[in-house]
Amino acid sequence: MAKQLEPGTGPLEFGKRKWLRSLFAVTLLVLYVPIFVLIAFSFNIQNRGGVWRGFTLENYSKAWNNNAIYDAMINSLTIAFVSTIFATIIGTMVAVLLWRFKFPFKPAYEGAMALPIVIPEICMGVALLMFFQSTGMLQFFSNTVWPFNLGTIIIAHIAFCFPFVAVVVRSRLVGFNKQLEEASRDLGANEWQTFTQILIPFMMPGLIAGALLAFTLSLDDFVITFFTSGPETVTFPVKIYSMVKTGVKYEVNAASTVLILITLLATVIAMKLQSPEKAGH
Amino acid sequence: MTEPIVSVRNVSRRYPGGVTAVDNVSIDIAQNEFFALLGPSGCGKTTLLRMISGLDTPSEGQIFIGGEDMAFTPPNKRPTNMVFQSYAVFPHMTVRKNVEYGLKVTGVAADEAAARAIEALEMVKLAHLADRKPDQMSGGQRQRVALARALVKRPKVLLLDEPLSALDAKLRDDMRLELTRLQKEVGITFIIVTHDQDEALSMATRIAVMEKGAIRQVATPQELYEHPTSRFVADFIGKVNLFDGEVVSQKGRSVVVNAKGLGRMTLTTDATCGKNIAIAVRPEKLKLQKTEPKTAGLVKVAATVRDVAYFGDWSEVVADLADGQHVSVNVQNDRRDAASAVNRGDKIWVNWQASDSLVITE
Repeated sequence: MAKQLEPGTGPLEFGKRKWLRSLFAVTLLVLYVPIFVLIAFSFNIQNRGGVWRGFTLENYSKAWNNNAIYDAMINSLTIAFVSTIFATIIGTMVAVLLWRFKFPFKPAYEGAMALPIVIPEICMGVALLMFFQSTGMLQFFSNTVWPFNLGTIIIAHIAFCFPFVAVVVRSRLVGFNKQLEEASRDLGANEWQTFTQILIPFMMPGLIAGALLAFTLSLDDFVITFFTSGPETVTFPVKIYSMVKTGVKYEVNAASTVLILITLLATVIAMKLQSPEKAGH
Repeated sequence: MTEPIVSVRNVSRRYPGGVTAVDNVSIDIAQNEFFALLGPSGCGKTTLLRMISGLDTPSEGQIFIGGEDMAFTPPNKRPTNMVFQSYAVFPHMTVRKNVEYGLKVTGVAADEAAARAIEALEMVKLAHLADRKPDQMSGGQRQRVALARALVKRPKVLLLDEPLSALDAKLRDDMRLELTRLQKEVGITFIIVTHDQDEALSMATRIAVMEKGAIRQVATPQELYEHPTSRFVADFIGKVNLFDGEVVSQKGRSVVVNAKGLGRMTLTTDATCGKNIAIAVRPEKLKLQKTEPKTAGLVKVAATVRDVAYFGDWSEVVADLADGQHVSVNVQNDRRDAASAVNRGDKIWVNWQASDSLVITE
């Protein structure tokens, strides 16, 4: 059916179509209303029925003073921080390797590198648990002091985070003009200088985006963490899960809100860092 | 000739899979030359330039720069600098940082690097834009940054890969003059790669014409245009009318030729001719008139005008000969009514001085 376009609209101005606008509104609603409810109830006076009783900050102080939540949060942040650093380094190395070199069985290698993205988390969790147990690593790390007792979780997180970094950095590298590298060499720079002063600045937006992705993935991971943690260590998502099982308390909302804030803050910082480095030519 | 600054000795570059980009090339380039590597795309001229810069390595042969064998010298240690086709200006650095880069990475002190960078930017008239980022600049300006960045290193040889190809026509003319001025000013050897014959003819002191990885002729622009040694060069540089001919007899420099469509004529040549040759004559050497010319020493042939292309100051007249060959004649429109004097379908006589025709043996 050829519908007459409204005067003053182009055929590609989808924003003017009512059904598309309402679809957009519904999507936003489903995505964000639960989160806003969660945040709102973190300021609610403690009750059982899920009705609004009045504004309070008590939940936050309770959560802050709840040693179990506090420790779990610190554990999660530590794990996320350390594994992000390693995942970013390894992921970047993989990206540069895949971008720069041609070698036999490269497609196979590429596939193997991307495997942790597609493999079901539960399988990866079980596999890593078996690996850590049979090599005695679980035993070894559990008996060390904090933060080394997080060792197995950190290793597991690096393993499933670095492919994401590799994918992001690799897609950034596609736009790199190899003549920039040649120009650098031609102007007297050695390989290392070229890497640090030309390639890394170019990759920087990809590095930041990849690191951020790794950070958030690590921070909220439940399944793999659950399998690979020692008997004593608890991370934030695992702690929340065990608390939710005994009924939602608004402390959980408060702690979750803090987590959302941390993630938001990290995103804003990352975007700020990226903005002066507009896409290179 | 004094010792050449760049000496390429029997260099070949073969790629796995049997492609030969550069095939047994030898050239000597003298100090202070403005040397052009000219050829159609894919003829290996850029590969040759890259091998001189060190960004590619020969499969066989040697390259000497300033008398030294460059076989084991990486690009960052060679006394050459390159202006890339894409300019390759670092997007995350200001103009100043771009120009200083090559000095800083080799350990030149910061204040000396800054002074030399400004000096180089003044040379390309960009000092006032030193703190701009490349994405705030036009293509022509970015090219100047690339030039300054290479010149600041004070190389013995400056390599330019198709430096004008990405510029629009007006800018290209300016840059052409700019490059010749710079070359005189800094007094270093320029080697330029181009597929544009006008660029090569107007800028270079000597030109090497390449075809399929091999050098066909190395000569000054004038020599190349007026005395091409092969059909390829005659055809690639400017326009040319080529007639096949059979040698009837040769006595010293004088050769009697039976040319297809033109008849028997006597020409002079330094070459020893085989049986088959070609006769080349440039379109601007040709004259046309309505009646048969009677002057002696002319080569003349009757023709019918097929097409007239008007270019303002001159027109190209394409005319068919009786045997199906056609000739191009350039006519200067030196009178306001000159262009309308020749029309499609006119019967004309094309003629030229026998001494303006050239015998080509290859």
